[in-house]
Amino acid sequence: MYLRNALRAATAMTLVATAAANADTLTIATVNNGDMIRMQGYTDKFTEATGIDVEWVTLEENVLRQRVTTDITTKGGTFDIMTIGMYETPIWGANGWLVPLDGLSEEYDVGDILPAMAGGLSHDGTLFAAPFYGESSMIMYRTDLMEKAGMEMPDAPTWQFIKEAAAAMTDRDAEINGICLRGKAGWGEGGAFITAMSNSFGARWFDEEWKPQFDQPEWADTLNFYVEMMNESGPAGYATNGFNENLSLFQQGKCGMWIDATVAASFVTNPNDSTVADHVGFALAPDTGLGKRSNWLWAWALAIPAGTQQEDAAKQFIEWATSKDYIELVAESEGWANVPPGARTSLYENPEYQKVPFSKMTLDSILSADPNSPTVKPVPYVGIQFAAIPEFAGIATQVSQEFSAVYAGQQTVEEALAKAQAFTAEEMEAAGY
Amino acid sequence: MARTVTTQRKTLNTALAWAVGLLIFFPIFWTILTSFKTEAQAIASPPIFLNFEWTLENYAIVQERSDYMRFLWNSVIIAGGSTVLGVIVAIPAAWAMAFVPSKRTKDILLWMLSTKMLPAVGVLYPIYLLFIQLGLLDSRGGLVVVLMLINLPIIVWMLYTYFREIPGEILEAARMDGATLKEEILYILTPMAIPGIASTVLLNFILAWNEAFWTLNLTAVDAAPLTAFIASYSSPEGLFFAKLSAASTMAIAPILILGWFSQKQLVRGLTFGAVK
Amino acid sequence: MATQHSRSVARLMMAPAVVLLLGWMLVPLTMTLYFSFKKYLPLRGGDLGWVGFDNYVRFVSSSSFWPAVQATLVIVGGVLVITVILGILLAMLLDQPMWGQGVVRILVIAPFFVMPTVSALVWKNMFMDPVNGLLAHLWRFFGAEPISWLSEASMTSIVMIVSWQWLPFATLILLTAIQSLDSEQLEAAEMDGAPVLKRFYHIILPHLGRAITIVILIQTIFLLSIFAEIFVTTGGAFGTRTLTYMIFQRVLESQNVGLGSAGGVYAIILANIVAIFLMRIVGKNLDA
Repeated sequence: MYLRNALRAATAMTLVATAAANADTLTIATVNNGDMIRMQGYTDKFTEATGIDVEWVTLEENVLRQRVTTDITTKGGTFDIMTIGMYETPIWGANGWLVPLDGLSEEYDVGDILPAMAGGLSHDGTLFAAPFYGESSMIMYRTDLMEKAGMEMPDAPTWQFIKEAAAAMTDRDAEINGICLRGKAGWGEGGAFITAMSNSFGARWFDEEWKPQFDQPEWADTLNFYVEMMNESGPAGYATNGFNENLSLFQQGKCGMWIDATVAASFVTNPNDSTVADHVGFALAPDTGLGKRSNWLWAWALAIPAGTQQEDAAKQFIEWATSKDYIELVAESEGWANVPPGARTSLYENPEYQKVPFSKMTLDSILSADPNSPTVKPVPYVGIQFAAIPEFAGIATQVSQEFSAVYAGQQTVEEALAKAQAFTAEEMEAAGY
Repeated sequence: MARTVTTQRKTLNTALAWAVGLLIFFPIFWTILTSFKTEAQAIASPPIFLNFEWTLENYAIVQERSDYMRFLWNSVIIAGGSTVLGVIVAIPAAWAMAFVPSKRTKDILLWMLSTKMLPAVGVLYPIYLLFIQLGLLDSRGGLVVVLMLINLPIIVWMLYTYFREIPGEILEAARMDGATLKEEILYILTPMAIPGIASTVLLNFILAWNEAFWTLNLTAVDAAPLTAFIASYSSPEGLFFAKLSAASTMAIAPILILGWFSQKQLVRGLTFGAVK
Repeated sequence: MATQHSRSVARLMMAPAVVLLLGWMLVPLTMTLYFSFKKYLPLRGGDLGWVGFDNYVRFVSSSSFWPAVQATLVIVGGVLVITVILGILLAMLLDQPMWGQGVVRILVIAPFFVMPTVSALVWKNMFMDPVNGLLAHLWRFFGAEPISWLSEASMTSIVMIVSWQWLPFATLILLTAIQSLDSEQLEAAEMDGAPVLKRFYHIILPHLGRAITIVILIQTIFLLSIFAEIFVTTGGAFGTRTLTYMIFQRVLESQNVGLGSAGGVYAIILANIVAIFLMRIVGKNLDA
């Protein structure tokens, strides 16, 4: 007790300027993606309309995740709204750490949220986070290079075709790599990509008994195919390329094809940032004819941690930020291509938005992703590029580090898979599966 | 007597030293330079050196995204507060160690240093829970205390080494004249140790300014310093070298300038008693 | 001179610092120890009961434990060797008469002012990026294939970045020490026609002993816990997972506080082994 008072006193000395958190100020933790940063620019409108002030804590994805997870598990109560993804939402919701998003207003039209997104952001049928934008993954390719290579991209290509096309488009002298893919370690980076890709090869993370499956041939097939293709047609140093690195490469015209998040479509077709804006085509993520494609499903969503003092104001903000009106607000000043995509059905029914070149392919990709049945064989988990269990992030990050070491030529596929298998088994056992 | 050197050798020394100095400084120079380019120029191949049109656009964008002054102010308060508090706690301790040494003095000194070896990540949860209990999350006061504790061993050690250089006879003379302990410290010791204290303050200000684990993990809005400011620029979408450079320049500029102006004091401060 | 009275006053004056540090050491240490014997999974409901030494066994038997210890020692050792050797050379160079010494000194100490996060970001993106990085341009200029620094030469890269940050510190301490060297002694040796190397070994190096010890001690303390440089650049991939980083992964990425706490206890033990080792040397040197 004495220590407590002493510390308080010490605090008071330096706290002079810091008033206690204002009752009408929302503190929102968010990720530093373009759409989120754009939203910050519009918050004034929200404050004007409601009188609620908003403070942003903008962090890079990894730091954000670390920060909000610590806060929610310790019930720190630092934030009134957290930006989280499809992986965290069902787990946190199940633990009772999030405020259920029920009783939303009529105009908000919760039924308009794309079913795939609503499903991934719910637990037991209760919505716990509202999608700000949603994404799947698809192929973005250079129409001019494709033509030059004398090939034509089908709407739903196979991996074999992609590999051949990549080799044909590659021109090392002109610094053009046939294909750019994520190789960077981290479950949300290269880990997400290779997991989604492995689904189309029939691989899975766990069997129905939660036994890790890295010792199965499908995983070796996936990795061997990937490594062979990337060594043949990928950029130098692809083992450290993530979303952002590849985006830069593609915008600079150094990639023939890029398979990544559908939200990237608006960046690569934006003439302000992209040197190849006029020559981009889209296609569904490839498959191998086994019935599953290699596209993922993800949403960045806003959720309210349980225990916040400002539940009502927070709900009000979420309703505003993920509403149809917000989409129109952005469309008005920045054009339809720049609205946050992938969250609402009505957006894709809007004739204006249908004119945007990538809208149809984005919707088709999202619709073809099914988190409840992600791969060819049955699995006990939900999630396409992840398994929605608390242990996954930690395990998958280390597994993807082993894979990245393969991409960098530091070990063989067999060695990496053996390590991944051993490590995953170790962790799952520790977690009590 | 100064060493006599031929002009030729001096020229050679100068050339070599400047080459090395510029090489070491180059990453900072390049960052500052890039912050005035457009994103396209920032990644141009071959790299552009000085022949481009300087723009302040990146600074404008960064400022629009995050209120720089608020982060800066928090950094100043946290780094300054923890340093001042640390020096206040450390001066008596260092005095006692320097002028009334016992068998244990050195052990205590080394034990203090060893507390710095506790890996911060390992105790994040305990400290976080403690902070919640004490209501200190996202408060500058909490961070001031934590950073003070982190740097206290270094402060004590540095002050100890300065105080030891002060000849004990002067103190004894003062004592003969009837000076009380308080007077002795305030009027005799402290003035003599001012240069040492100044350099200690400087070094610890820098260390506190650059501390990036606790300042990031224990803050959100009210207390977030520049380390949190930079955490939102590490990998945004699209081309970002120029904006990253602008944000980086903004984050390091204040301390760089402070360091340059006070480098003489700082240099003295970095001896740690290495010189007898 | 030290009377009983002044002894007790001295003790009183040391009390605040000692008590504060004792608290700062004991409170987290006790809590870490407590957690380390628990199955504590925040995402699975928190405290799941006592598990004895399970966490300790699991942490060491993990396939990544020894590589992590090794990575830690390589980084600490590598940076120490580079900064001490380059620091001595640089200090000797800066000690020579020259024009613009003050400015050169400013240039050399500048990296010390840069936050670790910023320096890691700048090095990673603007220098070591295999496509747009400046080093890649340089390599291409000489007709070589650019290196993917952070994957192909991950350890070297991190040691390079950290050395860049700490070289100013080492240089400055060593420079102060060299400047205090009796120049007449050196000149006498010079007159005697003692070769440069001999002068270095017999006069300069012994004189620097104490300063080198200080550099090693202070830097080791900071280097054992480097985190931002790894977090930003490789995220622990490509063999750069240090003990500190491994604990971070257990606590924050895997959300296994019990296991991570056990790791924390190991890290403290390792730090103390290094510390005792160092203090043996330093203690001797500090007395001198």
